[in-house]
Amino acid sequence: MFDERKMGELSKAREKWERETRSKWLEALPEREENFRVSSGFEVNPVYTPEDVAGLDYLRDLGFPGEYPFTRGIHATMYRSRIWTMRQFSGFGTAEDTNKRFKYLLSEGETGLSVAFDYPTIMGLDSDDPLSMGEVGRCGVAVSTLKDMEMLFDGIPLDKVTTSMTINMPAPILLSMYVAVGEKQGVPMEKLGGTTQNDNLKEFIAQKLCIFPPEAALKLSVDLIEYCTRKMPKWNPISISGYHIREAGATALQELAFTIADGVTYVEATMERGLDVDEFAPRLSFFFASHNDFFEEIAKFRAARKVWAILMKERFNAKKERSMWLRMHVQTSGCTLTAQQPLNNIVRVTIQALAAVLGGAQSLHANSYDEALALPTEEAVRVSLRTQQIIAYESGVCSTVDPLGGSYYVEWLTERLVEETFRYLDRIEKMGGVVEGIKKGFFQREIAESARRYQQEIERGERVVVGVNKYALDEKVKVPILRIDEEVERLQVERLRRVKAERDNGRVEERLAALRRAAERDENLMPYILDAVKVYASIGEITKTLKEVYGEYQELIVF
Amino acid sequence: MSGRRVRVLVAKPGLDSHDRGAKIIAAALRDAGFEVIYTGLRQTPEQIVETVIQEDVDVLCLSILSGAHMTLLPRVMELLRKNGVDDVLVIAGGIIPDEDVPKLKEVGIAEVFGPGTMTEEVIGFIKRNIKRQR
Repeated sequence: MFDERKMGELSKAREKWERETRSKWLEALPEREENFRVSSGFEVNPVYTPEDVAGLDYLRDLGFPGEYPFTRGIHATMYRSRIWTMRQFSGFGTAEDTNKRFKYLLSEGETGLSVAFDYPTIMGLDSDDPLSMGEVGRCGVAVSTLKDMEMLFDGIPLDKVTTSMTINMPAPILLSMYVAVGEKQGVPMEKLGGTTQNDNLKEFIAQKLCIFPPEAALKLSVDLIEYCTRKMPKWNPISISGYHIREAGATALQELAFTIADGVTYVEATMERGLDVDEFAPRLSFFFASHNDFFEEIAKFRAARKVWAILMKERFNAKKERSMWLRMHVQTSGCTLTAQQPLNNIVRVTIQALAAVLGGAQSLHANSYDEALALPTEEAVRVSLRTQQIIAYESGVCSTVDPLGGSYYVEWLTERLVEETFRYLDRIEKMGGVVEGIKKGFFQREIAESARRYQQEIERGERVVVGVNKYALDEKVKVPILRIDEEVERLQVERLRRVKAERDNGRVEERLAALRRAAERDENLMPYILDAVKVYASIGEITKTLKEVYGEYQELIVF
Repeated sequence: MSGRRVRVLVAKPGLDSHDRGAKIIAAALRDAGFEVIYTGLRQTPEQIVETVIQEDVDVLCLSILSGAHMTLLPRVMELLRKNGVDDVLVIAGGIIPDEDVPKLKEVGIAEVFGPGTMTEEVIGFIKRNIKRQR
């Protein structure tokens, strides 16, 4: 990228700077640390110059925004044309409670809905299952049958909003319920827009909300991708997620590499169904965390786009540009929030959200300051939405595309992350791919080790957490927190029992039997699940039917 | 000490899968010389109490971040009592609001550790408060 003669001069000048200028300063002002590192382990130099990016070829490695390899952004105009989607994840209590929060968020200017389901729903259990005791509606909304889904979206026209559903192993069931609600509203499935997380591989790696063994789980993810490709052109069938991998303790590099490895696995498995890569790849989307190390995070988002574009073009021979786009949703990092001095979290979230924006995210969830204590209150959610709006409309960072492109440091970091990601991908391939890696506990072990290292750094004081291991106050936390009414569980269980009593149980049995046969024949299960939810078969009944065919996942305990 | 190391059970009641804290505590206790058993995710109160008895542990650490602590933790304590187990030190960790802590202590949970707790604090607490003499 630079003239060779000039580089020679620069090299000499740098040596002289180190010898004469820097050394003098060091004598008077020694550095605070022996070495500075990013989470991925790379040592950070005191300063970056064109020498550190000498190998970089602008057109080959960066290019223009909206052009291959999309390092600078997937759109040519980025936020100059359209601000990212501000999507605050929410869900709690009964479907009515969440329906009210949705309507509130829409009236406050939010542009997309995002549903959090409660743990029973996530685990494919009915609200009245003994294992659900105490969990109904706590960390999300309880959805056991189509009846709950109808109430959740009551008065919200599904052709006017897009909905993101954080649901994985039971994703085919929840998507089917959403489709059925659409039909009742007169909105056909081809007009529905939104996302199902549907990334089952990362469940084994990090999130651990597993129901079925890995092969069956992968099959279900691919069923949904295949079905949407053929029938729901506006739906993003999967959100390939690094967020949970990071939150479980991974470094930025591990988050990036493991997520991309999962992505490759889904592409291969979907192509095996006979679909052309350009038919489905444009609808694949990604989900990353934005952690504390500002520049490393920005570099990670840029590197992700570049790695994916290269893989799609060179390995999978994608022809469409859209197939090469890595579209991403970003959420600020929950594990960086502190219960101590919770207002400090507003600042952390701002830095993380800014990194996501400078990294070129398509949609963003900013966490609320009280989330280390409980689910966020309405006021706390408003502050995080306002944080996004301040970044969007006041800070000026949206005026130009990829404003940090060309920063010697950011470009160096981006390239390092790209190289190391490819190295991880090779390793994973050599161990037989992601599913094999999961069975061997490779990812689980890597993440547990990183999590431990992170905690040790905090305990030794090498990693400062303001308000926790430095600048701590001896005070009781006084912020209002959201409490879930004990009544929620009773009301929800009552409703479910009523639905089960009033529906046509003969038809439920029939459709569950059809689903079982389809699973045994290894067909795509989506149409059968859709048939079952329409007659109000519950999530617990459908999951149980599939467990009878596929068996249940046994956790591999690694610590 | 009569030769046996202190046995600790780290258990995760509830349906949530946030096991980062539980695993860090389990590893830190192991490094501190305790004998550690980790149950894995989603243990019912019944399963946890059964393991406490079968494994004859001295300490039970309960980690929960799902919000169901006020239902599940008192249930664990009740089952321990019903089974005549009264000499096991029980502590809890996770996302548990301050105002719930006195109620949990009333049912016999010795201490509740929130986010930001240093593992050394937990180790120190266990050493000072262990009920059984080995």
